[in-house]
This record gives sequence, C-alpha cells and structure tokens, in this order.
Amino acid sequence: MISKSNIKLWSSLGMRATFGLIAIELANKNPNLIITTSDVSTSAGLDRFKNKFPEKYIDVGIAEQNLIGVSTGLASEGYDVISTTFAPFQTLRCCEQIKVNLGYMKHKVCMVGLASGLVLGNLGFTHCSIEEVGVLRSIPNITIVSPSDTLELYKVLNEVFNLKGSFYIRLTGGSNSKIINKSDYNFTVGKSVELLSGQDVSIIGCGNILGNCLEAANILKNKNINCSVINMHTIKPIDKDKIIEISKKNKLIVTVEEHNVIGGLGSSVAEVLSSEKHNCILKRIGINDFYSSGGSYEYLKNIYGLSTEKIIETIASNI
Amino acid sequence: MKLNKIKSFAKNIRKNIIFTAYKAGAKSAHIGGALSCADIMAVLYSDILQFKKKNIIDDNRDRFILSKGHACLALYSALVEKKILKKKDLETFEGDGSNLLGHPIINKISGVEFSTGSLGMGLGLGVGVALAAKKKNKSYKTFVVLGDGECNEGSVWESVLCASHFKLDNIIIIVDRNNFQQTGKNSKIMDLKNLKSKFKSFGCEAIEVNGHNINQIYKSLKKIHKNKPLAIIANTIKGKGIKIFENDNNWHHSIITKAIYKNINKEL
Repeated sequence: MISKSNIKLWSSLGMRATFGLIAIELANKNPNLIITTSDVSTSAGLDRFKNKFPEKYIDVGIAEQNLIGVSTGLASEGYDVISTTFAPFQTLRCCEQIKVNLGYMKHKVCMVGLASGLVLGNLGFTHCSIEEVGVLRSIPNITIVSPSDTLELYKVLNEVFNLKGSFYIRLTGGSNSKIINKSDYNFTVGKSVELLSGQDVSIIGCGNILGNCLEAANILKNKNINCSVINMHTIKPIDKDKIIEISKKNKLIVTVEEHNVIGGLGSSVAEVLSSEKHNCILKRIGINDFYSSGGSYEYLKNIYGLSTEKIIETIASNI
Repeated sequence: MKLNKIKSFAKNIRKNIIFTAYKAGAKSAHIGGALSCADIMAVLYSDILQFKKKNIIDDNRDRFILSKGHACLALYSALVEKKILKKKDLETFEGDGSNLLGHPIINKISGVEFSTGSLGMGLGLGVGVALAAKKKNKSYKTFVVLGDGECNEGSVWESVLCASHFKLDNIIIIVDRNNFQQTGKNSKIMDLKNLKSKFKSFGCEAIEVNGHNINQIYKSLKKIHKNKPLAIIANTIKGKGIKIFENDNNWHHSIITKAIYKNINKEL
C-alpha cells in the first residue's frame, strides 16, 4: 500500500527487499500468481513470501535456463509468473530461453533482475549487470522497465499483469536507496515522468541513479544552468514523443544510466533522435564499454562518470 | 493396444515424412531423425495421448512436446493421421508464411503446444506444464520427446533434476536414442555413454526399450512410476524404414530427388 511511511520504509530497505514485500501484497490480490526463483529467496526478500505462500513459490535451484523453461510452462497453463534472480543470471544466462519462450512464442513472464547495474561492484563484474538491457532490447515482445525507486517498483509490479507481453524489471540501487518520487503520482508504462523542468539541458535517466541526476540538476541551478530531469523508467518501448519534444527545446540532452552506453537508454534515445530534425546534441553517460577494476558502488559510479560531481562536470563542459 | 492399427499408423507417418521431404525439394528436410522416432510417435498418437479431436485445446488434454523440434515431420505426419492437419498442409512445409516450418511453431489449435527446435528447451517447458497440473489437480500427462544428441545440452539435465526434485510422476521423457547427431556418431562427438543409468541417477524411473518394437514402447509408456518421472530410452535406428537411409547420417538433413522417391516409395 502506498503511504508516506511505506515510501520511507521501502526506500530504506531498497528495491530487493521491497520486492519481497510487494510480492506478498500481489499474492493476496492475485490467486493466480506464482513466483519462481533460482535459489535467491533471501536476496530477493522473498523468505516471508516463501513461508506464507509455499504453494506459490517454486525454487528450481541454480539453473536459470530451466527457470525460464519452467516459468514459461506455468505461464502457458494460465499462471501469472514472476521469475527472479540476480540480473546477470536472470537475463544473459538464459537469454535464448527468453528469446524463444517469451519473445518468439510470446508467453508472458515478468522477470525481475535483482541488483542490476553497479551496486554489487564489490563482488566483481560477474555480479554487476551492465549489458542486459542492450541484449533484451533486441528481443521483440519484451517491455523493459527500470524503476527509479521503490515506489515506482510498487507501481510497475501492480501494472504488469494488466498489460500484454513479457516484462523485464531492472532493480538498481542498494539499501537506503534514494527516493525519487516523494509522493504518489501517475505512472504509466511507456510514459516518462518529468521530475524537474529547466530550459537549458534535459537529463534523461532511469533507475535509482536518477537520485544523482536530481542532485546534479539542483547544484547546476545555482550556477545558472537549468536542467530538466526526465525519468525514462520504461526503456522499451521508449517514450518517443517526450524525446522529440525536448529535442526541439534544448541544445543539450544527457542520458544517464548504470549500463553500457552501447545498447541501453542512451542508445534508445540516440535511435529516436537519429530520425528526427533537431538542433541538440546528445551526451551519453554510462559505462563506456569497459570493465573497470571492481569496488564499491560509489567508487564505480565515480569511475564511470555517474557520480553527482561527474554528471555536473559533463553537463557544464558540454553546454 | 491394437498392434495392427499402430503399425499402420507408423507406416503412414513414414509415408508422410517421405512425401513431405520429397515435396520440399531443394529446401531439404530433416529426415533421419524424423524416421527414427516414427514408431514412438505412432504409439503416442494412436493409442496413448488423450485428447479430443473436436476440442484439442481442452484443458484436460495430454500435452505433447517435441523437444527435438527438427523431427517435426514426424509430428506433422502424426497430426495428419489424426486428421488435425490435412495432408495438403504438408505441401506447405517450409514454404513462405507457412505454419509448418522446419521446426514446429506454437499453434495449439493445430496440436503444436510449443515452438521448439533450439535444443534443450522442451523439457523445461514440460516441467512447468506438469507442475501446473499438480497445482491444479489435473490428471493430464506431459510427454516430451528428446533427441540423444540433444542430451549434450546442459539445460536438459537442469530440467531432469527439477522434474525429479518435484516428484513429477505425470511427466514422461522419451529419448529417441538413434546414436547419431548432426555431424556424426554421438560416441565420436560427445559420448553419452549409459543414458538409462544417467536418468536413473537423476531420480527418474528409467527403462530401455527397442524404439521400433510397438509392444515394448507401449508397455514402457504404461509403466507405473510413482513419485518420479519416467524416462524411456528408446533405442532406434536413424532413418528407420528406408534401407538406404538407415544409419547413414547423410540423411540427417537432405533432399529426396524424384529418382530416390520413386525407388524408396516401394519400400513403404
């Protein structure tokens, strides 16, 4: 349930644990729900769910190709299936199963990729996920959503089974995640949200990194650079209308994502801009196609130009 | 069991396979692996699988998944014999816009439960379908036909482990053990050694049969397997039924010319 206190609680728990809480609420509302996992009940905040609804919880062990197979089989028999594990294993490890079962055959499964982006940098790049949006974006019939915060995660999870097609929901940030949306708001899959309005620059971001985008915009305002900040939670299908609108208004568009600049949000925006007439340039901030040395979330954000200070620098030097 | 009925069903499957491959001409077709599972398909479709022809999407139907999707000619041929497809449909095989491509495409009203062909994926789907039956207290069974070469895929074994872990006694796995895969013998490319003992050690009830002996196939499919999946290793001959195709892997994926067609048609 959305309330001021829940928004606070959820953000402190972070997206993973909040997912587990939301799952219980979803199961109470939807008798048809099944959650499938690959040995991640604790990491996904699903221990309570597992105890409360043992018949709705299927753990197939550390076998992600089979995870998608079993999830698809259940979906084809009419269940509303959410599958979840860490983002690299939820996506790349079973990529061809996703292509054939969800893309080609159009069965519906909602995949939740845990701890995507750079938050697990201490564990190394086996556990970071900076490639999956690019890969999944090339598979037809899959909607890709990167919620900006836990409230948005709540909103998208409550929408998923009212909509057609499979979903990939990309969870970013750690515990004590940033609150991007302070109170309830209108959320529609495929329609971006303008968090801040400014006439000089538009920052388009997705995921919890939007917290850094908002901080950067606020600091830049003091330097007389007025930024719009747009929450492009849905990466596919992308909100073309909004991108076209800002391309006519601004001279500079900056995309910010915890993903390789090849294939993700920045690429999606570039694809839209490439077939439109406009006077702006696009700078894509993100992982610049290399695996750096590992380290903390903050350490990696700094290396990849995703820290608030680095975002400010990029904008200030390109305006 | 009506032995003669099944035998003639199998014969017709083989005739349809050859006919379709011939009609496909230069588009070429997977022939060897379709012929090797023709007897298995005949037993399944003529006597084992429970479904209503007038309502084949009925919720209580048995589910059949051809995981070795390249053997689709055997499936299409069986569906023709059951009058779910028309013989004329076979002439669209691999044609532009056809529903009958070189690997099955999901089309439940035509009896094709899933799109298969990328190997190692069918059993996972089957496990999901069988789990759903358990959860809904439905009595339908799920039958999955695998190729032996397909058993190179690790994902197959993820799914066997899973079927056994969930005690799925409503799933039956049949391995078409024809000893060949695309470019040669299993034993040369990736030796599968003793498949029966592998399935057994994964927790299945496992039996080995002559995959061209109707009686043996039928009996094995009726075997009781309480609290565990049933795995049937059906020893077969690739290209079975056409002498010049048998155990000759050149017929894995090939073209039947007019001259060859005339010649082999006599055998059927």
